[in-house]
Amino acid sequence: MEKHNIQYQTVRFNLNGKDVERTVDVRASLTDMLRNDFRMTSVKKGCEVGECGACNVLIDGEAFNSCIYLAVWAEGKKVRTLEGLLGPNGELSDIQQAFVDEAAIQCGFCSPGFILTAVEILESGKEYTDAELRKLLSGHLCRCTGYENILRAVKKTMYKRLGKELPR
Amino acid sequence: MSKSVGKSVIRVDAYEKATGRAKYMDDLCDRSALIAKICHSTIAHGFVKSVDTSAAEAVPGVVKVLTCFDAPDIEFPTAGHPWSTDPHHQDVADRKLLNRHVRYYGDEVAVVIAEDEVAAAQAVRALKVEYEELPFVLDVQEAMKDGAPQIQERAQNNILAHSDVRRGDYETARREPGLIKVEGWYDTPTVQHCHIENHGCFAYEEAGRVVVVSSTQIPHIVRRVVGQALGIPWGKVRIIKPYIGGGFGNKQDALYEPLCAWCSTKVGGRLVKLECSREETFVSNRVRHAIRTHIISYVRPDGTLVARKLEAFSNQGAYASHGHGIVAKGMNAFPQLYPCPNVECDSWTVYTNRPSAGAMRGYGIPQAMFAGESHIDDICKAIHMSPLEFRRKNLMPVGYVDGFSKNELYSDTFNQCMDKALELLDYRKKFEEYQNQTGPIRRGVGLAVFWYNTAVWPISLESSSCRMVLNQDGSLQFQTGETEIGQGCDTAYSQMVADAVGIPLGDVHVVSTQDTDITPFGTGAYASRQTYIGGFSIMQTALALRERILAVAHEQTRMPISNLDLVDGQIVRKSDGRVLKSLGDLATESLYSLESSRHITAETTAQIKSNAYSFGCSFAEVEVDIPMCKATLLRLVNVHDCGTLINPALAEAQVHGGMSMAIGYGLSEELKFDEKTGKPLNNNLLDYKLSTFMDHPTLEAAFVENPEPTSPYGTKALGEPPACSGAPAIRNAILNATGVAIDSCPITPHVLYRKFKEAGLIND
Amino acid sequence: MYDMKALYQAKSVKDAVALRLAHPEAQIIAGGSDVLVQMREGRRAGAELISIQTLDEIRGVSLDADGTLRIGSLTSFSHITRDPLIQKYINVLGEAVDQVGGPQIRNIGTIGGNTCNGVTSADSASTLHAWDAVVELTGPEGVRRQSIHDFYIKAGKVDIREGEIQTAILIPKESYENCFGHYIKYAMRNAMDIASLGTSVNVRLSADKKTVERARVAFGVAGPVPLRAETAERLAAGQPVSLELAERFAQAVKEDINPRDSWRAARDFRLHIAVESAKRAFIESVKLAGGDL
Repeated sequence: MEKHNIQYQTVRFNLNGKDVERTVDVRASLTDMLRNDFRMTSVKKGCEVGECGACNVLIDGEAFNSCIYLAVWAEGKKVRTLEGLLGPNGELSDIQQAFVDEAAIQCGFCSPGFILTAVEILESGKEYTDAELRKLLSGHLCRCTGYENILRAVKKTMYKRLGKELPR
Repeated sequence: MSKSVGKSVIRVDAYEKATGRAKYMDDLCDRSALIAKICHSTIAHGFVKSVDTSAAEAVPGVVKVLTCFDAPDIEFPTAGHPWSTDPHHQDVADRKLLNRHVRYYGDEVAVVIAEDEVAAAQAVRALKVEYEELPFVLDVQEAMKDGAPQIQERAQNNILAHSDVRRGDYETARREPGLIKVEGWYDTPTVQHCHIENHGCFAYEEAGRVVVVSSTQIPHIVRRVVGQALGIPWGKVRIIKPYIGGGFGNKQDALYEPLCAWCSTKVGGRLVKLECSREETFVSNRVRHAIRTHIISYVRPDGTLVARKLEAFSNQGAYASHGHGIVAKGMNAFPQLYPCPNVECDSWTVYTNRPSAGAMRGYGIPQAMFAGESHIDDICKAIHMSPLEFRRKNLMPVGYVDGFSKNELYSDTFNQCMDKALELLDYRKKFEEYQNQTGPIRRGVGLAVFWYNTAVWPISLESSSCRMVLNQDGSLQFQTGETEIGQGCDTAYSQMVADAVGIPLGDVHVVSTQDTDITPFGTGAYASRQTYIGGFSIMQTALALRERILAVAHEQTRMPISNLDLVDGQIVRKSDGRVLKSLGDLATESLYSLESSRHITAETTAQIKSNAYSFGCSFAEVEVDIPMCKATLLRLVNVHDCGTLINPALAEAQVHGGMSMAIGYGLSEELKFDEKTGKPLNNNLLDYKLSTFMDHPTLEAAFVENPEPTSPYGTKALGEPPACSGAPAIRNAILNATGVAIDSCPITPHVLYRKFKEAGLIND
Repeated sequence: MYDMKALYQAKSVKDAVALRLAHPEAQIIAGGSDVLVQMREGRRAGAELISIQTLDEIRGVSLDADGTLRIGSLTSFSHITRDPLIQKYINVLGEAVDQVGGPQIRNIGTIGGNTCNGVTSADSASTLHAWDAVVELTGPEGVRRQSIHDFYIKAGKVDIREGEIQTAILIPKESYENCFGHYIKYAMRNAMDIASLGTSVNVRLSADKKTVERARVAFGVAGPVPLRAETAERLAAGQPVSLELAERFAQAVKEDINPRDSWRAARDFRLHIAVESAKRAFIESVKLAGGDL
């Protein structure tokens, strides 16, 4: 078999608010780069084909499965991972705290991906019905929670950010 | 004293998991690891004649190719059961690290170790495997026939095991005049656990021993199995279990830890990582047994059960794994749940050329409840009796004692659970309202109960160990061999420890990781045992630690032990309630004392010779769109009696997860195989229909709390029970809605189309 | 890491065409949700890729001077759904692609990729067929336009020629003007699924809303490629609006569709669902158009 000539490329992008630069193998997925080059352990591998949502990150404010996104495509983008949500003294963001308080976390493997999609939902500033929230969160699979407490956590945070009472 | 047990405290691992900092297997693996990838069989049954490795070895980056011709000639068992010193009670050893006799599409033939995953995958594709193909069989009853392909040499007619139950005289009793005979065959599917973190592990050698870090539920058992598989002393093996992304029973088996460990030993002890892909997880890990059940009931018109017969055929797949334990558990539940004087039960576990079936949440009970509880509604339909009243009349009564396990039903659990559920769902009104509907869209309500028990005594050993180590500040670390797999046992245990020792919850630090070199022995997460079993060793160890603390307190304060107590981390004089000193001051003084330095610790092992029933029910409401062949679940209510709740919020969350699994079992999940080749057809998360966020109604969980007298904390099984009764409740709701009795799950649109056509509801 | 032989990143449409000519064996990759998955499973392992992912010039929705609705091939599903022009003129397309996979897939998946992969189950495909979409391809000779019906050659194969890339999907004004449509995705779960059957219907009613002037119905997974059921369309044209018409229209789709038996679904089941879906989508379309049934 012929020797493969590894093709490298330098990627410059903004990761959690900081401009970064890495030279990567062009064959790498964004999951590979974030986990291996930046040691972002919140980016999980669950299926590697975009079906489970565990590797979800925000790119320019939209949720993407980083497993089916080439690392080199991050050039010039703003990439956010769960690590970027934490306050300077380790404070949890409101949505992380809601996941904690509502017992929306069990094994924890789907949680980072879910929380980032929730961030996209919350940052829209809109009020959604339960059915709409279910649809917006439907790109993530979870086997532990039955999704119930995840819905509660997102809903609670949505109403809190909108300054409204959580309907009973 | 502030009590922690019974409060919905925040999970002890919540922060780590909410921030992504919690370390799972792959997060701990050094990036220098070599990558192992398995070459799986592409036939369902046959022998490997040869493996041409030359092209694979020529792939740049390939370090080693190992085939079934290189693997040690050792057969080993994989089931996550406690070992037995009685050879007749040991798990069946029927697989090798790599197999020349391949028994299912996906069996392990060879393994490639390479510098990176791309090279490893290329090399696996470059392997040329030559097979001698044999006929194969996928169906459980076909496999039992004379002349069926022989899958395991030791099993005549492929029967791994048969067991039975006999009560009274079925043949005579069924001849009573006026009895109504109700008969049904019920099929349940092959499904997979689908934890979001696939199984994976990495291995390396250190000081002449092999270390495996694995995504497992059962580190101490895996240690034994790795020793057995490699033919090395068990002390030469060390297993480390970090956080894991779910297990549900799949990781209650030794999966690829033995192979990965062997790979490391074959490359000079270098670090080797073996991660299953999702596709491999579906096929080459474990699945839930598909079970076909035949039930005949003879009933008087007033609903009295006179004679009953059950035959259950459990599809084991290619290797024994947990084997007969699954169907046997379901069969044994049958005469207990609805006691009847004349009963004949037989169950068979049968090898087929399917993936190996092992443990999965519910361990045979979801299958048994789908069959049994569907059948109960079929009886009710036949004798025109309300499903609720029939159950009230026939379910296990208070005071019932099982002769074998000595389990006793101490409370009127079934009626209490059903009462709560029917009220939540407004069941009675709806059940009447939904009778005899017409039109294309109809609604229905259905219910099902479940039988479950806690832990594995008296079938196997039940023991648990706990170690507590007091720090200078009065806080402590504790360890058990029981594992956190997402269910929340680290939190429940911390609450138990806080109360039993007498310190604030914040001063309790759980050591979440199990390391067989360090962690006291415990068998791990299965059988919904941990909260119950762990409670014994935690209570016992806490008492031992308290005794030591109070002895030191006596030395330091000169007060008699009988007048000392430890409350909320303070040494208190009982007679006047005065705080004499903090536990921190005591511990510091004790440790650094120049006269009598003592590090206060305790470690004990508890053997548990009891078991506890854990029962409950599901009530479902569905809407059936007949022309579209779709059943939509509108509501699902589960009510459980798992004794005293240690942490109500986490208990509720457990129930949600089990209900979700039951919904998938009832309506959508099934691993399918090509009849012509035995090849799995849908081993990915797109084609295997795990419920999504949009496939659930609001999940409603409720409890009745009858403290379990045999448990120090009044608790009993909750991990698995929520998965057991949802599917038959949905099935029975569809029956109520349409009058159509479905005899298999999942109840997909394909099934509804056939059944509605048969029933004349659809005329194409 | 993907088993990729080489990656060529196009900087413009012109550059992409040049790369196509220079590397005729290379596979075009737009969003990646198909190509990377296939590469991982070994089907396209070792391939060269031409990435057009960053070509913003063919992203977005606009109206051409003649009223043609232009959807750049790289427009993601979620952007199509949210686009005001789509919502105004062909809302059903936005609704159809809003049922692809889940939110993350809809952010990465493009309408160009959804059509170029030639898959019959693509959620956009039946609607594009029902609305007589036109595919715009840009190659060394310039721009070529082709009816979507002719674009699909056979399962998994579309008419993209040497050096070409698909640059837009066009909806002519006569296709969308006064037309109202409804799409029914029939799948085994409500998210993260591929269609067992996709049914897209649209109607144009007379000014008094009493008569069907024109009806269109197209299916995904009712044949090897997406297809229109023209017998039903002819049957409905000029007929007074009624439930009975909906029934006859639905029964007539069986004349033109030819679903197959597969492990995913049986032929008779798919036929049954096609009829029921056609009926429901027709009724819904008539209602959207202001008709009364």
